[in-house]
Amino acid sequence: MIPKSWQPLTREQMAWRAAQDLKEGDYVNLGIGIPTLAASYVPPGREVIFHSENGILGMGPKPEPGKEDPNMVDAGKNKTTLVPGGCFVHHADAFLMIRGGHLDVSLLGAFEVSESGDLANWTTEDPAFPPGVGGAMDLAVGARAIRVIMEHTSKRGEPRILKACTYPLTAAACVKRIYSNLAVIDVTPQGLLVIEMIAGMTLEKLQASTEPRLQLAPDWQVLAPPEASEARAA
Amino acid sequence: MIDKRVNTTAEAVAGVRDGSTVLVAGFGAVGVADHLLDALHEQGARELTIVANNSGNGDYGLARLINAGRVRKVICSYPRSGDYSAFLNAYRAKSLELELVPQGTISERMRCHAAGLGGFFSPVSAGTKLAEGKETREIDGRLHVFEKPLKGDVALIKANKADRWGNLTYIKSARNFNPVMAMAADLTVVEVDAMVELGELDPEAVVTPSIFVDRVVVVGADA
Repeated sequence: MIPKSWQPLTREQMAWRAAQDLKEGDYVNLGIGIPTLAASYVPPGREVIFHSENGILGMGPKPEPGKEDPNMVDAGKNKTTLVPGGCFVHHADAFLMIRGGHLDVSLLGAFEVSESGDLANWTTEDPAFPPGVGGAMDLAVGARAIRVIMEHTSKRGEPRILKACTYPLTAAACVKRIYSNLAVIDVTPQGLLVIEMIAGMTLEKLQASTEPRLQLAPDWQVLAPPEASEARAA
Repeated sequence: MIDKRVNTTAEAVAGVRDGSTVLVAGFGAVGVADHLLDALHEQGARELTIVANNSGNGDYGLARLINAGRVRKVICSYPRSGDYSAFLNAYRAKSLELELVPQGTISERMRCHAAGLGGFFSPVSAGTKLAEGKETREIDGRLHVFEKPLKGDVALIKANKADRWGNLTYIKSARNFNPVMAMAADLTVVEVDAMVELGELDPEAVVTPSIFVDRVVVVGADA
């Protein structure tokens, strides 16, 4: 294998990058997987309120060992906590917040995203297992900004940012920004606009890993996350 | 004197008929009326349609009902949670039917029945496989899917405290589907950790008002 002149972001670094775009006062839902990690990387002093689909508004960090509460779980059924000011709502209200446009940001994982922002993240149609949709379709339509964190390519190196999704859609034309391990890409009416790339990456190399045509923003920046250990808020 | 308390979980689930639609509250293992599910297993009703978020875990509660062949259909958003081998085996054996519904659509369909409405148009699932065969309408330029109300014959509810009228409070994220399911069934049965005197619950803190509740049973250490 040819040594690469660039180093893709880790899962933690992708989550760090997505967290930098969360603004003071934002109400945010974090999807299961890498998005959940973003809660740890909100810059210190910035107040962001996390929503969990099972009726928590003001979700906090993982509990300290020995302080787990069996009645406090997040969307992935992992133990969690409530921050001061947090409260509980029932399921229909939790999804009213999601579907009704009350959340500022929904940060989701994805199998595939298309150039028009179509999202596929709920089923790979594996016939051996029942499908599960959970809150994926709700989360993909309701928030004011729907953003995706995903590996740029599959394990076999095939593009996952495509002209059209091959897996069944979660929602059409919903994704506005993609944080991959190689770049930050905005979905615009004019197509995919690269606003950041990791050091050593070129548009040509990035294009080779991406099916639809990419454009480079004139004011693009180098995507330079801190080492994961330094990024995490104290 | 109104007193909705019953003494045993068997009394709580008495009269559930074969073919009933049973609303099973909870999210994963949190806020699930496992004692009532066990009582329903003992009670014997068959051909049940279960409405739940998940599909049960291990071999207790809902999973035990499935393993006993008592469930004909599961309406849920996410069967693949925890050790769901009971559901998976039945699904692979084609001995039960799965109706997959987005999580917010399940809860809203039940709320809709509780509110006496005939359904609603939702943008969720529009243009996806889960909307196939459903009526659609473009509203203000956006595609919506028609969703029908969802009613239970019975709801199995887990709450923290109740009074003899059936006013309920919950604990933390164990609230989840419980309040909406409590409103959406003909017969609402509740297991609680404790009964308190009428007037003892802070009226500002009651989440499920007594009008929605039919039977209450104390389970656990204080039963």
